[in-house]
Amino acid sequence: MSALSQRPPDPVVGRAVPHESAELHVTGHALYTDDLVPRTKDVLHAWPVQSPHAHARVTGLRTAPALAVPGVVRVLTGDDVPGVNDAGVKNDEPLFPDEVCFVGHAVCWVLGETAEAARRGAAAVEVDYEPLPAIVSLREAIAAESFQGAQPTVARGDLGSGLEGAVHTFSGETELAGQEHFYLETHASLASVEDDGRIFVQSSTQHPSETQEIVAHVLGLRSSEVTVQCLRMGGGFGGKEMQPHGYAAIAALGARLTGRPVRLRLTRTQDLTMTGKRHGFHASWRVGFDADGRLQALEATLTSDGGWSLDLSEPVLARALCHVDNAYWIPHVRLTGRIARTNKTSQTAFRGFGGPQGMLVIEDVLGRCAPLLGLEPHELRRRNFYEDGQSTPYGQRITQAGRLVTAWEQVACSGELERRRAEVAEFNATHEHARRAIGVTPVKFGISFNLTAFNQAGALVHVYKDGSVLVNHGGTEMGQGLHTKMLQVAATTLGVPLGSVRLAPTRTDKVPNTSATAASSGADLNGAAVKDACEQIRERLAQVAAQRLGVPAPDVRFSDGVVSGLGTDETVPWDDLVRSAYFARVHLFAAGYYRTEGLHWDSREMRGSPFKYFAHGVAATEVEVDGFTGAYRTLRVDIVHDVGDSLSPLVDLGQIEGAYVQGAGWLTLEDLRWDESDGDGRGRLLTQSASTYKLPSFSELPPVFHVNLLEQAHEEGAVYGSKAVGEPPLMLALSLREALRQACAAFGPAGTSVDLASPATPETVFWALQEARSAHGVSAGHVDPAADRRPPGPDPAAPERRPESEAVLAELAED
Amino acid sequence: MTTTSVPAGSGGGNDTGTAAPPGVTVNGAVLPLQGVTPHTTTLDWLRGRGLTGAKEGCAEGECGACAVLVACPATRPDGPPTEWVAVNACLVPAAALDGQEVLTAEGLGRPGALHPVQHEMAVRGGSQCGYCTPGFVCSMAAEFYRPGRTATTADDGRHDAAPDPEHGPNGFDLHALSGNLCRCTGYRPIRDAAYALGDPDETDPLAARRADPPPAPRHTVLEADGARFVRPRSLGEATALLAEHPDAVVVAGATDVGVEVNLRGARPPLVVAVDRLEELRTLGQTDDEIRIGAGLTLTEVERALDGRVPLLQELFPQFASRLIRNGATLGGNLGTASPIGDAAPVLLALDASLVLAGPEGARSVPLADYFTGYRTTVRARDELITEVVVPLPLAGTTAFTKIAKRRFDDISSVAVAVALDVVDGTVARARIGLGGVAATPLRARRTEEALTGAPWDGAPVAHAAEVLGSEGTPMSDHRASDRYRRAMLEQSLLRLHARSAGAA
Repeated sequence: MSALSQRPPDPVVGRAVPHESAELHVTGHALYTDDLVPRTKDVLHAWPVQSPHAHARVTGLRTAPALAVPGVVRVLTGDDVPGVNDAGVKNDEPLFPDEVCFVGHAVCWVLGETAEAARRGAAAVEVDYEPLPAIVSLREAIAAESFQGAQPTVARGDLGSGLEGAVHTFSGETELAGQEHFYLETHASLASVEDDGRIFVQSSTQHPSETQEIVAHVLGLRSSEVTVQCLRMGGGFGGKEMQPHGYAAIAALGARLTGRPVRLRLTRTQDLTMTGKRHGFHASWRVGFDADGRLQALEATLTSDGGWSLDLSEPVLARALCHVDNAYWIPHVRLTGRIARTNKTSQTAFRGFGGPQGMLVIEDVLGRCAPLLGLEPHELRRRNFYEDGQSTPYGQRITQAGRLVTAWEQVACSGELERRRAEVAEFNATHEHARRAIGVTPVKFGISFNLTAFNQAGALVHVYKDGSVLVNHGGTEMGQGLHTKMLQVAATTLGVPLGSVRLAPTRTDKVPNTSATAASSGADLNGAAVKDACEQIRERLAQVAAQRLGVPAPDVRFSDGVVSGLGTDETVPWDDLVRSAYFARVHLFAAGYYRTEGLHWDSREMRGSPFKYFAHGVAATEVEVDGFTGAYRTLRVDIVHDVGDSLSPLVDLGQIEGAYVQGAGWLTLEDLRWDESDGDGRGRLLTQSASTYKLPSFSELPPVFHVNLLEQAHEEGAVYGSKAVGEPPLMLALSLREALRQACAAFGPAGTSVDLASPATPETVFWALQEARSAHGVSAGHVDPAADRRPPGPDPAAPERRPESEAVLAELAED
Repeated sequence: MTTTSVPAGSGGGNDTGTAAPPGVTVNGAVLPLQGVTPHTTTLDWLRGRGLTGAKEGCAEGECGACAVLVACPATRPDGPPTEWVAVNACLVPAAALDGQEVLTAEGLGRPGALHPVQHEMAVRGGSQCGYCTPGFVCSMAAEFYRPGRTATTADDGRHDAAPDPEHGPNGFDLHALSGNLCRCTGYRPIRDAAYALGDPDETDPLAARRADPPPAPRHTVLEADGARFVRPRSLGEATALLAEHPDAVVVAGATDVGVEVNLRGARPPLVVAVDRLEELRTLGQTDDEIRIGAGLTLTEVERALDGRVPLLQELFPQFASRLIRNGATLGGNLGTASPIGDAAPVLLALDASLVLAGPEGARSVPLADYFTGYRTTVRARDELITEVVVPLPLAGTTAFTKIAKRRFDDISSVAVAVALDVVDGTVARARIGLGGVAATPLRARRTEEALTGAPWDGAPVAHAAEVLGSEGTPMSDHRASDRYRRAMLEQSLLRLHARSAGAA
């Protein structure tokens, strides 16, 4: 067992404790960025002037009418930017654009004494536009060959011979929609100027260091002159990884120019119309199976809808390509990715980061082909599971294949799938107007940032003279329970009660150069850094304790606030030890650092071992579909999920359940609609409010919802044997989509293959079951048995993917 | 800003000499309504006062992050005179709460001294990011204190039998939380918290508060920022105001006007609050009819009818959310005349009529003759809907079908209400109300004709269903395609038939 993963006796990690802020949450005392406004004097409010066009040149901008509105203080335009006019790091996202690229794009910002004054001022600004042609839908972009960024390929084996040798080949297309994050707290920033001109920005950001960098480059400052703090977020889900920076920069620019604090909080409609979402994807594919239904070859081209700028589209696409295999061994593979440029919001990170889209493609392929192969879908899936020693299409070795098998069998057993399948068959035989089905799907999800450099973290731990402990680390709290886990890690490592440890808000002047709290890696990375810092302090204290107890330092033990030594009954209270250590001039604070070892990734070749490990899970979902309307209800969900040895079981359970329901929302309910007509509203988001964009509510909570953590799941080489949990369980909801497909198929004759739109709304389910009902042959869907339709390959002229970190490392190697 | 504020119930007579400055009792302390305009929402006002527990998640009453509790008149004749009712603070104008009592999450408990609802939410993992949590806590507290919430008792006397998946063994109605959205938890721990609640303690001051009457409505006149908010003392005063001011808007729960103000920048110069006018708040039944006050909230109507009108009973849980039903009124739903309002199809099928009262007196209008076009009606500008009258006896075979993406709290793409008298296997009378398929709610007259006199049986029903599928002029939008809307019209009758035949 590694030092990192080994737990001491009676650890605080592993205990089911409530969220560290739970009492503040339930009493309304927990502060979020915008709650600071009434506590701040003389705050100005920012309001955007948004483009009504999907694509247009800005030919005139008159701000004088806004300044005539009572309460308007200033209008911020591109002329005000002292530094770089870019909200991102790729120089493709002008903060104040000359060319608007989507409906809702902010042209300029009005500052007012009240939000009402700023709103009225924004309405008074006069903008002249010269409309330009716009591409709105993904299909339009593909037809127009409107692409941006690299077009990577993951390949292994010999695709041609793999397909030729297959007994069954099919081809088809899969389309899947994006998803709005709909964090309950919209984007918010509050910026102020310090006495010496430094800028202090409080921001709802998952990536304070990058917010700091971008605020600095917009204002023409050095990073040391900008501090970003994130108290906590009211949800992030990836939507606050790249997207907060520009808004923070606007607030900071306003504060710099007026000398007053500036608050920028997006309304829900502004948030929906301005900020990026999960990427919708299109895939065309060709697949070959042997006589037993074993995958032989898969060729696919995935095209993501990137929106108007690149943002995180390239890494999202890379992760999508790395997850098309999901849990399945496919000997011959060629997967190509492309990013469409469309006149929509710039799509961005969202829990799963391309993984869900990649996995949906293979699950769609299997779900559609199973009836044509004459196999039960669950049988087809199980038959294709990886075995240890095999490797993924990008070359990472599989070492924990048994975990997936265990989870699969445990779900079958605890979910009583055999008995319930018989009950479903009985129900379907005796009900004319309703069908039930149980969908079962696996998840294998790679943990680590694909981009190797991001896999590092820092922490700063203080022990005060009275024995109390304050933990700073680089991760942000968005509800995922990271801070709770960090407190448990610190308490475990120092051997003190949980109540002795407190957590400070995330600040860039405490821990610098942090990575985004993203990729599910928050606890892995920051936990190891916190542990490192705590261990340094503990080692120093052990020297002091050794003298007091008369034992060698390695024999000193720290547990629950009591310091003891092997071979002596004498003990020292933690607080006493700390006090005496201070007087003995012992260094009582420490910076911790961690970098994930053993990662390798070549993003040009799309090969390597980018992941520290895989997280696994299996879900079985039972649904009932109403034949009259296509409406459906989830009856029961059974999940077994691999979180390693859980750091915090209540937190992990909450992550699994929440992710499942959020995934279910993406796959069934949440329906982003854009105006694709040629009318005046072209490019407008039609679902731009909570009344038109529906998230899961209490009605989507499965009445029976059994979640179990995989047992004996120790993860060697991760902090206290745990695994990441944020993203992987979202993809467990694919079992719901497959259950709906199977229930629709059950309205038709045996062997009916069903195409299901994504999201599978009641309307699309209705059309799918109607088609199944009218199916006379085997296929109600559009799986083409002919294998002659080839997915398009990459454009050789597309730019090479060359992240900054790899470029820098290559330079270092050359030096 | 100029304001006056006197008890409305007194007719302005008794207490005019001692008019209290406008203010709201929040968490036990009176906060003056300073700096408030007629359009300032309760949420913005509370947050501006530093009570930032209530959050803005959507500003249109869809997410419940802003929920607060208001001391309201009893909804049950056999219960205590006051109930704690949860409403969306983002919709209710602060001025509308002049003289009232409000509780926020901060007032329920504090760290270290949690309210029972807060305790259950905290220890069971009911909060993750915590942003929706204060709103959930308020909605849950309202249900915790609801008179008539009683534990179901199993045969052996243990309180562990839940009657259905939407009620807890403690009688907790999950629909109480239907207007609160959480993006983090997936809701299971919140359900567990709700179902774990016991009864309020004997020493619980908020439970005890229910025993005294709620604050009387005040005659409020608040003027600021070029607009005026008036809570008139009587129906006559209200209609006189409407007659004088063509641009006045009427609010009860402000569940519609609040959205216009917040999302579309509406700033009506005069807002007239009618929700506490006694003339709009009666409910009575004779042998021939049920008369429902148009100013009663849907929650009040639901509790007062207590299942007496099965078609309405089917409607209520599907009408928006509990948070909205706590403010919304039938008068408001019919007054806005939205083609997708859910009450109209049901009331059309019930053959209801409306009483419209104006300065010149009252008149009765059949609902079927009420709508004249997209959001237009026969109601004169200075008339108010005072009552909805449902004739008796009720039809024997009824169904309400609402087609939407989400089961709780969604807007209909299609709504179909059917009321049939089936006598000896033949349809003697048919009334069908439709929503979402035309510029107005409408009666499916051709389908009613096709059904009347026909056997309630396979082929004639299938024929009538086909006719129903051709009623109206459905459109395609982000909620549904025209094709699906037509199909759902057709399917709704087939489903009712299958259900009545026991086959579905």
